[in-house]
Amino acid sequence: MSKILDKKLLSRDVVQMKLLAPEIASERQAGQFIIVQVDSDFSERIPLTIADADAEEGSITIIFQIVGKSTLKLAQKNVGDHVENLLGPLGKPTHIEKAGTVVCVGGGIGVAPLHPIAQAMKKAGNRVITIIGARNKDLLILEDEMRAIADELIVCTDDGSYGRKCLVTEPLREICEKGGVDLAVAIGPAIMMKFCAETTRPFGVLTYASLNTIMVDGTGMCGGCRVTVGNETKFVCVDGPEFDAHLVDFDNMMLRLRSYKPQEQDANHECRLQAAIDELQR
Amino acid sequence: MSYIPADELRKEAESLINEIDFTSLKPKDRLKIPMQEMPAQEPKARAKNIQEVALGYFEEQVKLEAERCLQCKNAPCIKGCPVAIDIPGFIKAAAEGDYQKSVNIIKQSSMLPAICGRVCPQETQCMAECTVGKSLKDLDKSVAIGRIERFVADWERAKGKMSVPEIAPPTGKKVGIVGSGPAGLTAAADVRKAGHEVVLFEAFHKLGGVMIYGIPEFRLPKEILDKEIDNLLSMGVQIKKNFLVGRTRKVKDLIEKDGFDALFIGTGAGLPNFMNIEGENLVGVSSANEFLTRANLMKAYNPDKADTPIFTGKRTAVIGGGNVAMDAARMALRVGAEEVYVIYRRTEKEMPARREEVAHAKEEGIIFNFLSSPVRIIGDETGKVKAVECLRYELGEPDDSGRRKPVAVKGSEFILEMDSVIMALGNSSNPLISQTAPEIGINRWGNITVDEDGKTSMERVYAGGDIVLGAATVILAMGEGRRAAASINRLLAEE
Ligand SMILES: Cc1cc2nc3c(=O)[nH]c(=O)nc-3n(C[C@H](O)[C@H](O)[C@H](O)COP(=O)(O)OP(=O)(O)OC[C@H]3O[C@@H](n4cnc5c(N)ncnc54)[C@H](O)[C@@H]3O)c2cc1C
Ligand SMILES: Cc1cc2nc3c(=O)[nH]c(=O)nc-3n(C[C@H](O)[C@H](O)[C@H](O)COP(=O)(O)OP(=O)(O)OC[C@H]3O[C@@H](n4cnc5c(N)ncnc54)[C@H](O)[C@@H]3O)c2cc1C
Ligand code: SF4
Ligand code: FES
Repeated sequence: MSKILDKKLLSRDVVQMKLLAPEIASERQAGQFIIVQVDSDFSERIPLTIADADAEEGSITIIFQIVGKSTLKLAQKNVGDHVENLLGPLGKPTHIEKAGTVVCVGGGIGVAPLHPIAQAMKKAGNRVITIIGARNKDLLILEDEMRAIADELIVCTDDGSYGRKCLVTEPLREICEKGGVDLAVAIGPAIMMKFCAETTRPFGVLTYASLNTIMVDGTGMCGGCRVTVGNETKFVCVDGPEFDAHLVDFDNMMLRLRSYKPQEQDANHECRLQAAIDELQR
Repeated sequence: MSYIPADELRKEAESLINEIDFTSLKPKDRLKIPMQEMPAQEPKARAKNIQEVALGYFEEQVKLEAERCLQCKNAPCIKGCPVAIDIPGFIKAAAEGDYQKSVNIIKQSSMLPAICGRVCPQETQCMAECTVGKSLKDLDKSVAIGRIERFVADWERAKGKMSVPEIAPPTGKKVGIVGSGPAGLTAAADVRKAGHEVVLFEAFHKLGGVMIYGIPEFRLPKEILDKEIDNLLSMGVQIKKNFLVGRTRKVKDLIEKDGFDALFIGTGAGLPNFMNIEGENLVGVSSANEFLTRANLMKAYNPDKADTPIFTGKRTAVIGGGNVAMDAARMALRVGAEEVYVIYRRTEKEMPARREEVAHAKEEGIIFNFLSSPVRIIGDETGKVKAVECLRYELGEPDDSGRRKPVAVKGSEFILEMDSVIMALGNSSNPLISQTAPEIGINRWGNITVDEDGKTSMERVYAGGDIVLGAATVILAMGEGRRAAASINRLLAEE
């Protein structure tokens, strides 16, 4: 049982929630995630990154996008309500080191998991350049928080409604061309991570991606989260979630992410989802 | 075995009971009593529902079956039982109609009788040693020990009051149990009985280990599992669900910072094996663990209520030949597959699955493809499974396991059209504990190594069950839990 301490809408379909979870709050490190299940009987177990934590208060913060039934169910909970099951912290923590200059690239909701990593990279003494992007201005999250950490912040939107009108890969390429980049971290939709990897590859910049595969248990038991990395099968929940992006088979990952698409669409017509999100705004 | 409707079985038993004079049965007469078949749901109907397949004996049948036991002085059956249940003792009480006494006798050795009565591989354990089977030259006709066990356990549960073991006065010592499978549950109960405070850590949101997430409802109803576990825990064991030892808290911290005097690790063998063949990561390929967890733990068999989706192809191939493969195949039928194929590289004789489960699977219409094994999985243009390419095999010389080794027949490739594939190739040990606690020694298969007391290479830390044995059975895991608990109790008593 975990109590919801705080809830905020960051954009139309992005929710920030603070949950009481003292054990997780005191152990978690950057890059780790939790599995959430709203209620024990029929809810799905979904993985969400720990975006922030306060060990003293015993709280963790998650930021999630409403994309289907389970994220909607979670979003419909209010302050004071409880979430039945929280498991974590899961996954290997990000390897934080003093590399020199680190470029952190976040797309859409991916900025949420990127935040604690950028924070830790900065704390480790790196120069941190951050690129954050979204489809449009309204979908952009954590801009102020990222600005507070980064030595340099670049904002892009697909439609040009805010910041530069471009994809995140464009400034990433420019920065790589200038040279002096020691490490890159990319988190966002699989397709974005794939192209970030392609962008840094010619420059030989070591790039990490945090993979958001489908998961069931998060403990290495089901094999549902498997991806191909350097021709080997890896389990994202225990071997990851971060991998060398240049070795990840993103095409297969994207394919597998669509595994349950027909069932999910059946369970959840777009229009019903939109109506429910509208309801939340009130 | 062919299907006989339940009411017919009952009528037969009723008339037989009236014919027999139980006061003067000689061994020869006992051998003449026919073995009582287990009543079961009609195969066609049950293949589409999730309710328990085997319905349990009628009272008349228990009487007859129990009277078949010769009460052998040397009781060879006990030697076949990993936890040495007093088998003739509980059978005698059942024959006399004293079911409470019967179940109490079982509980001296096994904490979970309704479960063991359902899932233990009796045919390779107690029944394999039974004098009746040997005398009749047919081990299938041994006394049906597990079915009698199941009956008396169900009887007690139905009565609503289950007996709870006595607990010694508090000792002030605290023991942590990691994992709530049969090994952990048994260890928890035994340590608690000695008066120690016990905290049970479980990663999942429900207790039971493989019994809750792996073994399907139709073979082990979760309500029964929950009741049996509740009873065990009514002894005052504290539960911490959603707690992954190694991540939520390190083994070392539990001992050094949180004041646990000892730990038992029963984390099971939960890392699915794959074949590393082409196409294994296509959409529509899953491990049996994923498939069964979605189905059982997340109740995906109930699509109206469950949020967790499950892949329901029309033609499903299940690769493997153990209990896991049988469970996955039969579950696939129940969640919507129209045809289910089991692909196994040896013959039926070598299949490790329980015979009863294979027979049930056949009755339900599962199709078996023996002596064949997949070489690659073929996808369509969208990356979904389209077919499985297999090779035929022949049996060669016996290998290390004593089973004849399958040898591929050159050029025998053939293609089976499929839209989903479930890999049921067994499980290896979950590496999380050893990765996060390097003090704990493992062998080359990743199993935790223990001494004869069940102790690991780390002070105060014991282990048992599948994490030590590799994928084994419920009752062996329970036996391991017992042994380690006894060592822990000894250690703490000495301090
Ligand atoms: C390690 C990890 C960390 C994550 N962190 C975050 C986070 O901080 N914030 C956040 O918003 N999301 C995060 N995700 C993704 C999140 O788990 C999914 O969005 C969520 O499971 C979708 O559940 P749903 O039932 O609402 O949608 P569904 O009905 O299950 O799916 C809706 C759509 O989303 C797609 N989808 C399903 N599961 C995932 C998935 N795991 N990742 C991406 N797309 C998916 C489906 O293909 C479908 O099209 C993370 C995933 C992983 C593996
Ligand atoms: C599908 C299937 C069918 C089977 N059928 C039969 C059968 O018919 N008869 C039979 O006798 N045997 C059967 N078996 C085998 C039997 O279930 C196992 O041998 C037995 O459950 C092992 O018990 P265990 O206590 O060692 O571990 P498990 O039952 O595997 O339990 C381990 C528990 O530990 C938890 N855990 C793991 N890591 C951690 C951690 N770090 N922190 C906290 N918790 C953790 C897991 O979530 C799990 O709940 C079957 C197995 C499967 C998979
Ligand atoms: S061996 Fe068979 S007949 Fe003999 S006591 Fe055991 S169950 Fe009864
Ligand atoms: S989520 Fe099940 S193995 Fe990773």
